[in-house]
Amino acid sequence: MNKAKDLWHLIGPILTILIAITAIWYVSAVWLNSAWAYDKAKRANVTISFSEMVSDTMIQQKPLLPSPHQVIKEIYKTTILKKVTSKRSLVWHGWITLSATLLGFMFGTTLGILLAVGIVFSKSMDMSVMPWVITSQTIPILAIAPMIIVVLNAVGVSGLLPKAIISMYLSFFPVVVGMVKGLRAPDKMQLDQMHTWSAPKATSFWKLRLPSSMPYLFASLKIGVAASLVGAIVGELPTGAVAGLGARLLAGSYYGQTIQIWSALICAAILAATLVAIIGIIEKITLRKMGIQL
Amino acid sequence: MIWIIGAIFFWIIFWAINIQLSKIESNKFIKLLVPTLFGFSILILWEGFVRGFDVSPILLPTPTAIAIRFSQSLNILWVDFVQTFIKGALSGYLIGCIAAFITAVAVDKSSFLKRGLLPVGNFVAALPIIGMAPILVMWFGFDWHSKAAVVVVMVFFPMLVNTVAGLNAKDNIQHDLMKTYGANYWQNLLKLSLPSAMPFIFNGLKICTTLALIGAIVAEFFGSPTRGMGFRISTEVGRLSLDMVWAEITVAALAGSAFYGMMALIEKGVTFWHPSQRK
Repeated sequence: MNKAKDLWHLIGPILTILIAITAIWYVSAVWLNSAWAYDKAKRANVTISFSEMVSDTMIQQKPLLPSPHQVIKEIYKTTILKKVTSKRSLVWHGWITLSATLLGFMFGTTLGILLAVGIVFSKSMDMSVMPWVITSQTIPILAIAPMIIVVLNAVGVSGLLPKAIISMYLSFFPVVVGMVKGLRAPDKMQLDQMHTWSAPKATSFWKLRLPSSMPYLFASLKIGVAASLVGAIVGELPTGAVAGLGARLLAGSYYGQTIQIWSALICAAILAATLVAIIGIIEKITLRKMGIQL
Repeated sequence: MIWIIGAIFFWIIFWAINIQLSKIESNKFIKLLVPTLFGFSILILWEGFVRGFDVSPILLPTPTAIAIRFSQSLNILWVDFVQTFIKGALSGYLIGCIAAFITAVAVDKSSFLKRGLLPVGNFVAALPIIGMAPILVMWFGFDWHSKAAVVVVMVFFPMLVNTVAGLNAKDNIQHDLMKTYGANYWQNLLKLSLPSAMPFIFNGLKICTTLALIGAIVAEFFGSPTRGMGFRISTEVGRLSLDMVWAEITVAALAGSAFYGMMALIEKGVTFWHPSQRK
């Protein structure tokens, strides 16, 4: 009994908010699409009742705001019913985006960790590089995504890599900041203890600094992977809508296919949530193995 | 060849200076000087390598070429800046942050809503919201209104999550003290909750400065009038005049850094009491 109550305490508010969002979505769909429904009826010289209008707003081909069930139907149609290799399959497009995301995420994480190690061990690097790492994020990299893609295309690099580079730029920052914090997390006493054992710098890095930075690393990885996905999606925009979730967004916006835009958007959201959740699971397992209580 | 060797030579000199500088007692001036020297040495390296390897200006223009283009097209850059930053990003930023702030204060009263909104808000803040851009451009037209709308959507959730977390940050003891004084809701809000939430609120405000600029620029890729930073970048990339693109990027970087720096300065003034701001 008590357990059910606890569960409700946790899930209840979230469910309420989600239901409220769905309700708002439906109401706005009716409101936004009603103009077109009335317009259609006027041209056909018929007057429609309110209920007829509402039912029409739910089934329009190119609605201003598609209703949730239309989007779900479209997602079902383009994932389950289509073959995975088909160019209309969202799974295919999602995979292309996902592979660029993961590659960029890997690059970004590696670069971030290397920079963080350098910053922690070299004071001159800390003083000269760290301010630029922070400044680098005030530059709207997404804005220069088209240039990176076009330039790399011109030198013969195309496909996955340019997108991955944009993802890398977005994901290395949280990793650097988190890892610098994490590698500096051991307090003076622990460092002194290592010193007492006359441990060399490398040993105190592997046995003290690195383990204690793990919680920080995972927190940054979660932010980094979400940022990577955004980078990959935006990286797909200037390639002329060939493939990927970003391309679906752009093609949808060219041809006014709102249902297609929304389904690509929801798929991206599901992808982001899954990636963050996977990292969360890895974090739990790793930290438990290391004996860190959560 | 002389360019490359010269560039590397300068790089090593600057790096040696920086190592020496970081060893001596650091004061404010040195803290500013070291990164400046580092940035400057990167520019020299860039210039030297592009000249030395004879890289085509279509691929990567030299910093000097960009600087020349920048000074020649101040007019265009200013028009784009006004269109994208002042009209699009800034108005969206203000609307989004104020709306999120009001929502957070309203939600703070109910722990039920808070427990529901925080996870959902955190989730939405991690989503690729920039994908909403084509939809919003469709709804609000090509001019700056749609860009502001994209910015509003982008900054709303990070700001909301930070403000709600901030309003939760007060100590129970402080809360009890306010109760002992018989403080009413507004006194409680204005004198305890809001001041103690300020570090979190400014954290949100700072994160949102970058998001606002990104949102406004990327939204222009989906349709814009014939001005604006995003419009200029995408068309000039098409015309392969990359020095103009880099000039535009310089504007974006300067605007972004100035925006962020301004927020950080205001934060310093408002949250002078916080441990992270103390000297």
